Amino acid sequence: MGQLFGNYDVGDFYDEMFAAPGQVRPHYREVLERFEGMVDGEVERKQALATATFLNQGITFTVYSDNQGTERIFPFDLFPRIIPSEEWEHVERGLVQRIQALNQFLHDIYHEQRIVKEGIIPEEVVKSAKHFRPEFMGFDVPKDIYIHICGSDLIRDHEGKYLVLEDNGRCPSGVSYVLENRQVMKRVFPQLFGRVKVRPVDHYGQELLNLLRHVAPPNCPKPEEPTVVLLTPGIYNSAYFEHSYLARAMGIEIVVGQDLIVRDDVVYMKTTKGLKRVDVIYRRIDDDFIDPTVFRKDSVLGVPGIVGAYRKGNVNLANAIGTGIADDKVMYYFVPRMIKFYLGEEPILPNVPTWLTMFEKDRKYVLDHLPELVIKSANESGGYGMLIGPHATKEEHEKFRQAIIQDPRNYVAQPVISLSRSPSFCDGVVEGRHVDLRPYILSGEKITIIPGGLTRVALRKGSLVVNSSQGGGSKDSWVVDGE
Amino acid sequence: MLSRVADSLYWMARYIERAENNSRILDVNLQVTLDDENTGVDGDKIDWEPILASLEDQKLFNSLYEVTNADTVCEFVTFAKENPNSIRSSVAAARENARTVREYISSEMWERINGLYLWLNSPAARQMFASSAIDFFRHVVDCSHQFHGTTAATLTHGEGWHFLQIGKYLERADSTSRILDLKYHILLPRGEEVGGNVDTIQWQAVLKSCSAFEAYRKIHTGQVTPWSVAEFILLHDSFPRSIRFCVEGVDAALHRISGCERGHFCTDAERLSGRLCSDLNFTRIADVFKIGLHEYLDGIQLRLIEISSAMHSKYCEWMEPAGGQEQQQA
Repeated sequence: MGQLFGNYDVGDFYDEMFAAPGQVRPHYREVLERFEGMVDGEVERKQALATATFLNQGITFTVYSDNQGTERIFPFDLFPRIIPSEEWEHVERGLVQRIQALNQFLHDIYHEQRIVKEGIIPEEVVKSAKHFRPEFMGFDVPKDIYIHICGSDLIRDHEGKYLVLEDNGRCPSGVSYVLENRQVMKRVFPQLFGRVKVRPVDHYGQELLNLLRHVAPPNCPKPEEPTVVLLTPGIYNSAYFEHSYLARAMGIEIVVGQDLIVRDDVVYMKTTKGLKRVDVIYRRIDDDFIDPTVFRKDSVLGVPGIVGAYRKGNVNLANAIGTGIADDKVMYYFVPRMIKFYLGEEPILPNVPTWLTMFEKDRKYVLDHLPELVIKSANESGGYGMLIGPHATKEEHEKFRQAIIQDPRNYVAQPVISLSRSPSFCDGVVEGRHVDLRPYILSGEKITIIPGGLTRVALRKGSLVVNSSQGGGSKDSWVVDGE
Repeated sequence: MLSRVADSLYWMARYIERAENNSRILDVNLQVTLDDENTGVDGDKIDWEPILASLEDQKLFNSLYEVTNADTVCEFVTFAKENPNSIRSSVAAARENARTVREYISSEMWERINGLYLWLNSPAARQMFASSAIDFFRHVVDCSHQFHGTTAATLTHGEGWHFLQIGKYLERADSTSRILDLKYHILLPRGEEVGGNVDTIQWQAVLKSCSAFEAYRKIHTGQVTPWSVAEFILLHDSFPRSIRFCVEGVDAALHRISGCERGHFCTDAERLSGRLCSDLNFTRIADVFKIGLHEYLDGIQLRLIEISSAMHSKYCEWMEPAGGQEQQQA
């Protein structure tokens, strides 16, 4: 073992690279060799090159906390996260199973609600779900697909077992980093890719476009040639780079609300040659903001009348309206039961054990064990509205206790999972940092998952929170052939 | 193409060109003032006030600075964030527009603009400005040229390209008219005569700020005279910064967009640009001086604005004023 990993501490966690101190897992051997062979200063040079690439290309997100709208890059860690193909195929099977169940669930919930009638999910949970859209009861979405693009968050526990932490069925973001990280890695380590057979991810744009074209609405005038656009909230949105990146990758127009206009329930875009009909909209705007005449009246981002056009079958939206109900963390609790109910199968990827504070027995347990648990509010994301018991103060425990008692429907609790760790570059040395994995699942004519996904890494020592707003970074994720 | 995209491409090109022209004006004025004999507070004012007059920015300037001298004017025109037309603000606005059309322009174009923006906001730019302002301005001009070169070599020469050309040439025609007009605002020192040494140096400076001195010399070998300089900058048919050349560029691009034949019109913008073209084609410099150079240039500037608004309402009229981006009108 050379100097780079000489002092590497595996710690009391599942380590992605080392089975035990000094014992490298086989799929990391080539990479270890390459990194060990680097001369002094090479890591720093490569890191600087990678950072400059992101900055020059404007691959940044905007931080508003300092009122300046500062643009920052999402920190990138050079050390790849490697997933052997066998392991990946297991994950893939689990994700396909899960997305099928979720899709059937959404169809059911907006039609017969069999799952409620048969007592699998309590009616009150559905009725009180913040993102349930009763206006769409009985509405048939094109090709019966609800979640076209899904980004599920996976973690690994101390034994290395993959668990699903949450499903993001509304507007999951981050896939542009998967594609850009790979580009940067190829630029920085060209020889490595010759030696390690990494499964490519570059076809994501094409797959996404195929999917969007596949779900053309029933009244599309030219179903074999639908006009697809990407609807963004605009350049001040923190994910704008990604929106424009994907539009470029697909060769479609990126539009803001003001570029679209609805006439007689048909959506058009305003062009220099007049109005042009739009058939499919990959929208990166939440339901709440998409149509001020139907949902939030104060929204300036959306398009008045677009929901009417959607109902008439003149335009399709991806993802469908109302998928947010599946993102509710209380609904998450029921996903393994959905899999059994709709598919008659056992879940391949288990959930993280979860308590629902709406159930009296669970609530009592949770309130008695607050300092050991993670508490999450049912409808927040991005690491907000969350309590990590062991890292929180007494006052914070108290605050969440009161919140749970007042609104038990709106909270869930989970044990603290020791996320797996991956070697990461931290100030010139390599140390273990906690990681998660967000694969991107596309449901069109078939279900496609690009190999790997986004590995987010909590770069702050000891931190379990991987969100970019809270000191998280990302890594390139490689699926390689082998055990 | 989306109306908003056309609008952004047009403004992106305009703002880059504006940054370039501001650099040219400051560069030349710095060089001229190094040669002259105006001294003291009044001398500074005499040297630098014309810049503000020709950019029509005096009011804003006076609200920000107490004295008019090389430092304050250069700061105002180069870095001041409060000045929406400063070099830095122009580049920031160009980049903002580029960001909204990232998927349309080439990555290389974006990297040029973004690189210039990042540099202008870095300590390196300040350092260069402090050690040699002239080098600094030349660098900005170089970056603008690189941007145009990259654009020509990497962007499809389709509809978007033509909107870019319109932005570039309209702004350049406007700036060139301002540079020529600058001479009108520069007073000759007491005792100096029209046609004297100082006058000649100043007319040469006007040529240099348009990169026109060498081209001019190839045609006129004798004395640099106001008539021949104005004629060259206004009416030359193939010098790429002359007003006539720029208006030709605008007219050609407008016709390419609509598909209408040159010499005819099917939009108001084409009618206006075509008319300005033929005016410039059939005007003698003597006619210009009969009207008065300053008055003539004022007229040109107004007609450029008319073309711009006609183009805008034809192709970008979908933009609701309340929701659309606010842009700085020239």
